[in-house]
Amino acid sequence: MTAADTGAMRLSGSVDMTHGGGGRAMAELIRDLFRRHLSNPILDQGDDAALFDVPAGRLVMATDGHVILPLFFPGGDIGSLAVHGTLNDVAMSGARPLYLTAGFILEEGFPLADLDRIVASMARAAREAGVPVVTGDTKVVEKGKGDGVFITTTGLGVVPEGVHVSADNARPGQAILLSGSIGDHGVAILSKRENLEFETEILSDSAALHGLVADMIEAVPGIAVLRDPTRGGLSATLNEIARAANVGMQLDETAIPVKPDVAAACELLGLDPLNVANEGKLVCICEAESAERLLSVMRAHPLGREAALIGHVMQDDANLVQMTTGFGGSRVVDWLSGEQLPRIC
Amino acid sequence: MKYVDEFRDRALAEKLARQIAQEARLERDYHFMEFCGGHTHAIFRYGVQDLMPENVEFVHGPGCPVCVLPVRRLDDAVELAERHGVILTTYGDMMRVPGTKQRSLIRAKADGADIRMVYSTLDALKIARDNPDRQVVFFAIGFETTTPPTAVAIKQAQAEGLTNFSVFCNHVLTPAAIGHILDSPDFAAGGPARIDGFLGPSHVSAVIGSKPYEAAAEKYQKPVVIAGFEPLDVMQSVLMLIRQVNEGRAEVENEYTRVVTREGNGKAQALVDEVFEVRKTFEWRGLGEVADSALSIRDGYAAFDAEKHFAISEKQSRETKSCECPAILRGVKKPTDCKLFGTVCTPDNPMGSCMVSSEGACAAYWTYGRFRTAEKAKEAEPA
Amino acid sequence: MCLAIPAKVTALEEDDMAVVALEGVKKRISVALLDEIAVGDYVLVHVGYALHRLSEEEAQRTLALMAEAGILQEELEEMSGGSA
Repeated sequence: MTAADTGAMRLSGSVDMTHGGGGRAMAELIRDLFRRHLSNPILDQGDDAALFDVPAGRLVMATDGHVILPLFFPGGDIGSLAVHGTLNDVAMSGARPLYLTAGFILEEGFPLADLDRIVASMARAAREAGVPVVTGDTKVVEKGKGDGVFITTTGLGVVPEGVHVSADNARPGQAILLSGSIGDHGVAILSKRENLEFETEILSDSAALHGLVADMIEAVPGIAVLRDPTRGGLSATLNEIARAANVGMQLDETAIPVKPDVAAACELLGLDPLNVANEGKLVCICEAESAERLLSVMRAHPLGREAALIGHVMQDDANLVQMTTGFGGSRVVDWLSGEQLPRIC
Repeated sequence: MKYVDEFRDRALAEKLARQIAQEARLERDYHFMEFCGGHTHAIFRYGVQDLMPENVEFVHGPGCPVCVLPVRRLDDAVELAERHGVILTTYGDMMRVPGTKQRSLIRAKADGADIRMVYSTLDALKIARDNPDRQVVFFAIGFETTTPPTAVAIKQAQAEGLTNFSVFCNHVLTPAAIGHILDSPDFAAGGPARIDGFLGPSHVSAVIGSKPYEAAAEKYQKPVVIAGFEPLDVMQSVLMLIRQVNEGRAEVENEYTRVVTREGNGKAQALVDEVFEVRKTFEWRGLGEVADSALSIRDGYAAFDAEKHFAISEKQSRETKSCECPAILRGVKKPTDCKLFGTVCTPDNPMGSCMVSSEGACAAYWTYGRFRTAEKAKEAEPA
Repeated sequence: MCLAIPAKVTALEEDDMAVVALEGVKKRISVALLDEIAVGDYVLVHVGYALHRLSEEEAQRTLALMAEAGILQEELEEMSGGSA
C-alpha cells in the first residue's frame, strides 16, 4: 500500500484522542490532511512558528472563534467562513491582509471526511483571497465536549499610509453606505436549523471583502468608518458605531436592499432583517461629498453591485439610530439583546 | 409579497391619514384599545402613531399570551424540564421570559435542562417519535389562533399511539378577557382610564369568527372593528371606529374581510371543542382570576395532559416587586410610568414579561418608541 | 395577534400536508384545519398550520375602500382652491 492509499483509508475514519496526542497519528493528520490542502511556502517550512518579513508601517491583527452550527450550509461552511470572517475583520481597519493562522478543536468521533471537506474549503477560500494560512494547531476533546469542530483564525494585515478608519470617527453630516442586501447569511443558516427547516435558494453571502475595501480606499483614502455587520445584523453594527462616536443616525428603510426571499423568510419566522447576520457585506461611513464616488467604485466590484446610500449621521447625545419606514412613519432601530428567536406572536 | 405589500402602501397610508384627520372631531379624544400585541408591534414597527391626529390614542391591551401567562405556570414549565427529566418543547417566545427569581427557560437550558425550541407542534411530535424512550412535553401557549394546532397534535399523537407525548396546556380565550377589562373599575365611567372602542384581533378572529364579539359590543356598548394585521388595516379600522363613535354605534364590524368571516373556521372550532374544555377560572398575569378564560384538556385525552401525567409541585411564585406589568397589561399605565422601565428593566435584563415578548408594550416602547423621549429632550439635526 | 402570513399553496401531499411558497421560500405545513384546499389557493399560515383561505375578491374590495379615503378631502381642497 502506498502512503496515498493509507491517507485515503484514514479519511474514512473519524477523529480519535490520538489525533491530538502529539504523536504519530497527529503528525500524519497534519501532513495528510491539513498541510496537503493548505500548502504554501511558509507553512511548508514545517516549524512550530511561522517565520516571515513584514512591511513597514502600522500592522493590525484580528482573531475570531467560529462555533457555528450547522457546519455546512448553503453557500459555505465553517472552513470558508473562518477565513472570510477574519479577513474581513482585518479589512475593516482599511488594512491589506497578509497572513492567517488556523487553530482547530476537534471533537472525538468527528468524521475525517467532513474535516477534509472543511479544510479543503478553507484552503480554497484562502487561495482565492490570496492570503496564506501560515501556521496552525490541532487539539482533540472528548466526545460530547464540542460541536464537531471549532475553528479559531487570526489575521495579520498592514494599514496603508494616511488611512485612519475607526468607529469613533463618525461625525454628523456624513453619509452611511451599505455594500449590498442584508440578511442572506442568517436566513441561509436558519433554513438548515433543526425544527425550523424551510426550502430556499438563498445562499450565505460569506465572502472576503478586502479587495472591495482596497478599491474603496484607493478612491477615497479619507473613509471614516468601515464595519461588517455580522452577528446581530445591521442594527447592532450601526448602534455600536453610534455609541462609539457619540452620534445618532437617520436611515431610510426604502434604501436598504433586502432580497425578496430573505424578506419572505423573515416574515414567516417573525424576524427583522435588520437583526439578521451577514458575512459578506460592509457598512462605510464617509464625508457626504465622497458618497457618489464611493458608490460607483463599490458597484463596479462584484461584491458591491447593490451598494446603496442608506442614511446619514446626526447630532444626537442619546445615540439613537432612527429610521423613516417605508410606510411613512418613524421608528428607532435598536440592537437586540441576545439572538433573535423565531416567534409565534 | 402578495396580500402583504399592498397593505403597506405609503400612498394609501397618506390618504387614510387625511381622512382620519378629517373625521376625528376636534372637540374630543378617541381612545382605542388594540387588544392584540401583534397590533401593538405593527403600530410601533411602521410608526402608525405618527400618522394619527393628536386626539387619537392607542391603549395597549393584554393580548399577548406570553405577557399574560402567570408566573406560576412558567415556573411549572421550568420544573418539568429541570426536575422531571422531560424534553420540553416550546415556541421561541417563551424562552427568555423571567419566572420567579428571574429563572427563565433559557437559563434552565444553560444549566443543562433539555429544552428545545420548535416552530410548530409538528416538530414537537417528530421529537417524540425520534425519542421513544424519553417523555416529550409541549408547552402550549397562545390564544384561539394557536389552539387548533395543539388540538391537531393531540389527535395525531392519539392516532399514532404515541405514549411519550403530552401537552402542558395554557391556552387562553379572547372574548372573556375583553369582558374582564371592561368590567374592571379602571374603565368604569369616571375611572382612571377610558376605552372608546376596540381594534379586534386579526387571527384569533380568523378561527373564531366575528360573532363572539357581538355580545360584548352589545353589553358594554363599545364598537369593535376586527382589524387586519398590516398597518393599512390598522388605519382603516381606526377610521371605522371613529365613524362608529361619532355616529353613536356599538357594532362589530369586520375590516379584515379577506380572512375573517362571521362564523370563522368551523372545522378548527370543532377540533378544539373535541379536545379541550373551558376552565372555570384561570389566573392571568395582571388581570387576576378571570372566569371562563382558558382551556384544559378533556378527560378523553387525559393521556396527553402533562398536568395529569406529572406531579407538578405547589409553588410560591412571585412577580418582581415594582414591576408594573399588571397595570400595563390592563392598559391603565404606560411603560414609561414604571419605575423599572429603562433603568433596571431593559431587554438585556427583563424584569417582567412585557419587556421580553416582542409584542409586550414595554418591549415595543423600548425598541421602537424611545426616540420620542429623546426628541422631547433635545433637537436631533445634522450639523 | 399571532404572527400569521399569507402564502400560496404549491403542492398537496398525503396526511393533510402541503407545500406553501412565500416568494421563493417553501415550507411544508399542515392543512388539517381546512377542507378543499387547491394548488394556487392562498392560505394564512400560523405555526406550521394553514388557518384560513384568503379571499381575492375581499382583498380587492378592502383595498378599494382604502383608496376611497382622502378623495372627498382632495375634491374639497380643489374646490376651495387650496388646502383647507
